[in-house]
Amino acid sequence: MSIMDTKPLLGRVEEVGGFVDLNAYEAGQGYEAARKALTSMSPEEIVSLVKDSNLRGRGGAGFPTGLKWSFVPQGDAAGEGAKYLVCNADEMEPGTFKDRFLLENNPHVLIEGMIIGAYAIQAEKAYIFLRGEYHQPYQRLVEALADATARGFLGGGIFGTDFNLDLRIHSSAGRYICGEETALLNALEGKRAQPRTKPPFPPASGAWGRPTIVNNVETFCNVPGIVRNGVEWYQGLGLTEDAGTKIYGISGRVNRPGLWELPIGTPIRELVERHAGGMREGFELKGILPGGASTDFLVEEHFDLAMDYGTIQAAGSRMGTGTMILMDNSVCPVDMSRNLQHFFAQESCGFCTPCREGLPWVEALLLDIEEGRGQEGDLEVLDRNAQFIGAPGNTFCLHATGAIEPLQSALKYFREDFEEHIRTGKCPYHGRRL
Amino acid sequence: MSETELVHVLSGEEIAEIEAEIAHLPDRESAAIDALMIVQKHRGWVSDTSLHAIARLLGMSSDALDSIATFYNLIFRQPVGRHVAMVCDSVSCYVMGADGLGKAIQEYLGIAFGGTTDDDRFTLLPIVCLGACDKAPTMMIDDELIENVTAERLGEIFGRFE
Repeated sequence: MSIMDTKPLLGRVEEVGGFVDLNAYEAGQGYEAARKALTSMSPEEIVSLVKDSNLRGRGGAGFPTGLKWSFVPQGDAAGEGAKYLVCNADEMEPGTFKDRFLLENNPHVLIEGMIIGAYAIQAEKAYIFLRGEYHQPYQRLVEALADATARGFLGGGIFGTDFNLDLRIHSSAGRYICGEETALLNALEGKRAQPRTKPPFPPASGAWGRPTIVNNVETFCNVPGIVRNGVEWYQGLGLTEDAGTKIYGISGRVNRPGLWELPIGTPIRELVERHAGGMREGFELKGILPGGASTDFLVEEHFDLAMDYGTIQAAGSRMGTGTMILMDNSVCPVDMSRNLQHFFAQESCGFCTPCREGLPWVEALLLDIEEGRGQEGDLEVLDRNAQFIGAPGNTFCLHATGAIEPLQSALKYFREDFEEHIRTGKCPYHGRRL
Repeated sequence: MSETELVHVLSGEEIAEIEAEIAHLPDRESAAIDALMIVQKHRGWVSDTSLHAIARLLGMSSDALDSIATFYNLIFRQPVGRHVAMVCDSVSCYVMGADGLGKAIQEYLGIAFGGTTDDDRFTLLPIVCLGACDKAPTMMIDDELIENVTAERLGEIFGRFE
């Protein structure tokens, strides 16, 4: 058994000790899956395979990838014109750094996954929508695309078939809202990145009004392994009911912050203690945001849970991107909430009122409480705002809903901290920060 | 200025790069963000004159283009210094002390966030999560990501950019 059988995304990076160029990638079964898909499988077979594999979107929402692909009209039903495949490489969820690592170290596994995805939905145009700040990943991708094209893996008549793929990079000009897939498509079309009305969903009407699939970087990177080794192998990788591996990451005051490709369903405590080396001396773990800034806090009672979609959701949060942010006992939960709401208020696209006006109000109130100007009744105002802004359907997209997740859970788990700020008129953590 | 003269506020190189983007897009307006970024790459920022010229080149109104330009935080509609320093203020860096670091950097450069040093050497801006959270706190100067930033390292870090 090779390392590629247990770590299909990063095994090769581990073997090579860093950046996997085209030669190194090919030497580790690279592009075998794309060759197999294009020369011996029908698009429908690939869609079914990915559906059966139980691969779920790794960008945060966890939507079943094969099901998404199956919504793309095929043949005459697709009408005239191009179909598009888009990779969401706009990694901007605070605390998330897994896609950068993949792009910088193993760009060909992404390209291979996209070739297979494009063939499956019969799209001959594809884009990697890349964060403007990701300069190193951009350089790596430019090089990797040139190498893959020179080898005949991109362009016209791939692997001697009649399938063509034009794969390009779109460098973004910023804004978190571009991670929302319809906002991303507006940005790709050169417009303001405001989310679109759904339905229609992108598989029916996406980029330039044509059928479009948008998947996260890590999602595409799972596809070559599934095609190469099959559904049974893929499902066997997971420890719980979810399939495959997951790139988990940890930031905060641990001994070894970083990221690791592990079986999906690895318990939180194992990630913190074993992989991240535990908390630094003098610090205690108080809470975690399990999958980025827009996920609910989890606390001690949850630390033995498995990091998978269903388990974390049942605990009232979301696995999200799987990259966890750790809050230690030196961090004030009120001030950390203020930091989070500052981000979401700033990144609101401004289109709908509850989000545009509500989030800055929440941020201002949190600042007041943090700086000792909190008043009786403020927590009830925050509760009400959380309920109103956070309820799906009250805002145009899910930006505000995501913003409220860490706030509502902070108000629940760290309420005493909020109350103490208001009661004493100061922050009890002030001066405790190192 | 006539339409043609206005477009030629842009250099031949800028126009060629923008046309190369347009060539693989369904329409000219779809290149709006690419065009703004191309001009900014050459000039550091997008002035009103540049904006009007780009709008004409793409066949769209200047107001429509400005609504796009002002939406995106990496498109500068004001002049910036020779180098743009962006300091992450998102949650992982916050947990690792980014607030204190932000204050130290403002003191070091003698400007507040949003400002430019008198010698036009640095413009200082906050930025959202740079995706290197295991090496927090982080910042970026121009295209370079800088990890594990501490107040003690500021002289060494900023000293490399003339």
